[in-house]
Amino acid sequence: MELNKELKVSAIKDGTVIDHIPADNLFKVINILGLHSITNQITFGTNLESLRMGRKAIIKVSDKYFEDDEINKIALIAPQAKLNIIKDYVVIEKKVVEIQDEVIGIVKCFNPKCITNQEHIVTRFQLVDRENVVLKCHYCEKVTMPEHFTIV
Amino acid sequence: MKGKSLVSITDFSKNEILRIVDLAADFEANPNQKLLDGKVVASLFFEPSTRTRLSFETAINRLGGRVVGFSDSSSSSTTKGETLKDTTIMVSNYADLIVMRHPYEGSARFASEVSSVPVINAGDGANQHPSQTLLDLYSIKKTQGTLNNLTIAIVGDLKYGRTVHSLLMAMSHFNPVFHFISPIELKMPDEYKIFLKNRNIKFEEHIEFGETINEADILYMTRVQKERFAEPMEYEKVKNAFILKNAMLSRSKDNLKVLHPLPRVNEIHEDVDNNLKAYYFQQAKNGVFTRMAIISSILGVK
Ligand SMILES: [Zn+2]
Repeated sequence: MELNKELKVSAIKDGTVIDHIPADNLFKVINILGLHSITNQITFGTNLESLRMGRKAIIKVSDKYFEDDEINKIALIAPQAKLNIIKDYVVIEKKVVEIQDEVIGIVKCFNPKCITNQEHIVTRFQLVDRENVVLKCHYCEKVTMPEHFTIV
Repeated sequence: MKGKSLVSITDFSKNEILRIVDLAADFEANPNQKLLDGKVVASLFFEPSTRTRLSFETAINRLGGRVVGFSDSSSSSTTKGETLKDTTIMVSNYADLIVMRHPYEGSARFASEVSSVPVINAGDGANQHPSQTLLDLYSIKKTQGTLNNLTIAIVGDLKYGRTVHSLLMAMSHFNPVFHFISPIELKMPDEYKIFLKNRNIKFEEHIEFGETINEADILYMTRVQKERFAEPMEYEKVKNAFILKNAMLSRSKDNLKVLHPLPRVNEIHEDVDNNLKAYYFQQAKNGVFTRMAIISSILGVK
């Protein structure tokens, strides 16, 4: 059963479990959340079987609770991610991620002529179509579609 | 409007657009007003555009201001590897206003965010060129007496033409009817058609001139470039279909005016030039008055 495999990655006492991350995007999620530079205990598993997603990844971060603004940054690359908030081995809250209306510093602009691809400028997009996840660049005003998302 | 940058035509409200158009008429009636005495305007042309630069610099000089800057990036510090950010911050310490032309899209928006003085976008790649749009609106108002309820035919490259898209956005405040005439390969992108539908603005699409010329108040011509076609044969098939000749204007409305952002190549035959309905050369002249209006509004002297 899927649940048992997850538990094998090791249960945590307090903290956050981020499940249903596409396996290919695990390290991007780690980067976006800055998990590579914190001192909390972190365990992760990847290429786990998932009936819904094929191969998925899971991250467990001890003693860490994310703000919505922070966790929603991964929605672009892990739209189906589910969070379990854990206190004393018990799931006390479940959360899903939601793409923000303004996406700052996560994806690159697809337009090669955009100034953000020429100089060190933090990218900034408006979500102009939530259903199809279409982003409009604040600078060059061109749109970037999900199939062209590259993480900064 | 004082202290506000002009990067994209959507930065200005309907009332601000109308104010610029009215002010441009003032300046045309009285073109030498020393309102910028003691002011310094930086004219930063990271790529050459003689036409636009001379128009802006003439406007500044007629207002009695001083111009500093460069006319292409080979004579600027960018050739030494300085970033746009650093150049902009440095220049904004010297000048009261920056007029900027840059080959990369979004450069003017970025500059306006790091500059301590307002920035006027004089063209950022294929993105925006709002002073061109405002001079188009001034030309329309001047020749038609109003901006409201006009029938506007736009011809040529409707897919890539930035002046066309900005004109569409700006005129959408004034209840126009649009006719889009273009080869299928260069038709108006969906995002602009959705924009018009959401505002209940009527438009029709055509693949040839047909009778549309005879209904129009404004015929806005643009160039169809060979490089825009994936197949050279496709260009050969359509290239003559979008050239305006004088005979085609014989049954057009008396108030019709033909506009073109210039430079033209062959899309308007020279036999149109002597027709009183040809307005593209006066249109270019209107650019100076419009830019005087923009600059004096942003600097808060008018
Ligand atoms: Zn961009």
